[in-house]
Amino acid sequence: MSFLQKQSKKIEKLFEKGKPLEKFYPFYEALDTFLLTPGNKTKKAPHVRDSVDLKRVMIFVVIALIPCIFMGIYNAGYQIELAKGLTHSLLGCLGLGAWKVLPIIFVAYAAGGFWEALFAVVRKHEINEGFLVTGILYALVLPPTIPLWQVAVGISFGVVIGKEIFGGTGMNILNPALTARAFLFFAYPAQMSGDAVWAAVDGFTQATPLAVVAAAPKGALATSVLAEAGYTFKDIFLGFIPGSIGETSAAACLFGLVFLLVTRVASWRIIAGCALGLTAMSMVFSLNQGAESLAFFSLPAHWHMVMGGFAFGAIFMATDPVSSSATDTGRWIYGFLIGVLVVLIRMVNPAYPEGVMLAILFMNVFAPLIDHFVVQKNIKRRLVRAEGK
Amino acid sequence: MGQILSKKDQKIVKDGVWESNPVTLQVLGICSALAVTVQLKTALVMCGALTFVLCFSNVIISLLRNLIPSKIRIIIQLAVISSLVILADQFLKAYMYDVSKQLSVFVGLIITNCIVMGRAEAFAMQNPPGKSFLDGLGNGLGYSLVLILVGTAREILGSGTLLGFPVVPQIMYDWGYVNCGLMVLAPGAFFLLGIIIWIQRAISGYVEKN
Repeated sequence: MSFLQKQSKKIEKLFEKGKPLEKFYPFYEALDTFLLTPGNKTKKAPHVRDSVDLKRVMIFVVIALIPCIFMGIYNAGYQIELAKGLTHSLLGCLGLGAWKVLPIIFVAYAAGGFWEALFAVVRKHEINEGFLVTGILYALVLPPTIPLWQVAVGISFGVVIGKEIFGGTGMNILNPALTARAFLFFAYPAQMSGDAVWAAVDGFTQATPLAVVAAAPKGALATSVLAEAGYTFKDIFLGFIPGSIGETSAAACLFGLVFLLVTRVASWRIIAGCALGLTAMSMVFSLNQGAESLAFFSLPAHWHMVMGGFAFGAIFMATDPVSSSATDTGRWIYGFLIGVLVVLIRMVNPAYPEGVMLAILFMNVFAPLIDHFVVQKNIKRRLVRAEGK
Repeated sequence: MGQILSKKDQKIVKDGVWESNPVTLQVLGICSALAVTVQLKTALVMCGALTFVLCFSNVIISLLRNLIPSKIRIIIQLAVISSLVILADQFLKAYMYDVSKQLSVFVGLIITNCIVMGRAEAFAMQNPPGKSFLDGLGNGLGYSLVLILVGTAREILGSGTLLGFPVVPQIMYDWGYVNCGLMVLAPGAFFLLGIIIWIQRAISGYVEKN
């Protein structure tokens, strides 16, 4: 036995039934399975010989998010330097960004972890790595200037109302990280949206690319409006633009996408569906544009994909295995409709320049319904085949 | 209480407040619970109006219960309820004009409040006037209890005031506290109601049957 196993066995005795720390067994269980392979075995067939379980899947998502985290920290610092007119330096950007972003991540984990552990102890279920994913996803979709107490309030809402009320991990209807963000978005709009929240410098305002296009006069060409505001496709793609911490860089999201696809954690059907839906809907709009239509109508699909939170949302949020559709056909439909809704909310709803969060939450609600019809259709098809013979 | 009401009568009142609370257990009257609870003041007036209508509609319908032909009982119940609602509405317009304006259509909508109709149909049609009055009172208080809780929480969290007086100290705002905008919107009431229902069902151990 290795050193770790011995130590684990030693302290396990403290947490057994009737021992003083019995109530805190979930803590021991979480640490033990985080470090070591769990000893639990499936009791009934079918048996699959694979060491992948929920914990490993979740930790893969955290690994896939690393490029986004670094890029988010760098860009948060970069926006501060830009706003203050400082000369750019790699270390300066990383330092300033880390000073803003790390406390947000820390508070998200501490507050979210508190509720997770409380429910685990009271309800006697396990603490699992799903919460590590929720915490970091949530931190990455916040603006870098968000007050820390609001970070704590938001994640508390997301974990308790978004997940634990329904029975904990695997039972939630909505993505908990997005539920938390939606709560903050409607509860504290001044700290979550607008032009003043993207760079941590007092009194500095800058519109995000989406806000620039939304505010452009009717009939203007979206790409030239963006160019006038100083946004190039390259900057938007790489992520040197104002926005929520982790969402700005489509390039960093693509690194994560490759990792998730290679490890087969995320469903490629959902992501492809999102991209397809977005392309289709923006083409519908661009075919119908006239002299008096919104500037958004002339925005090509590939710009839509790199602006705002689309890349981040489609890759990391929409693919949440719990709240998305579970059938292959259902995944195509679910993803496609997310893409369609993103464009619809961006263009048709004048109140929100960005629609990824609401589109994904909305389709989360419909995912079980889509699955139901897909399954019913399959049953009918097979019945017909069986009767035909 | 023990002297005035018998054990059975006490149970009728208690049932309405706790055991079968119209809002948290029967999930009735939710519409007005969302609409009038942005401020505690409007919530209180609404509670008063509903309890009044509920008590007296129960008494009147109970008195008429042996005379009402069962085929047209709904329309007769509605006639009684709407007369009482008009009384309450006119009273508010005469003596509390500001609040009446804020409540706008929601006083009139007491007519369609499922609690009033539900108690008339389920209790007053089978029981004598005294008991029906107590049942109306119990259900009215049960409704009021929930509305007051929701109204208090929404006004404090959403506007930082209670009955119009500031309760969140200025120093909190100086430190960066911000009122929760969600509590002013209807979904805020939904979340609070949900949490109240959760807590009450956890305490009373009520489980929904499938």
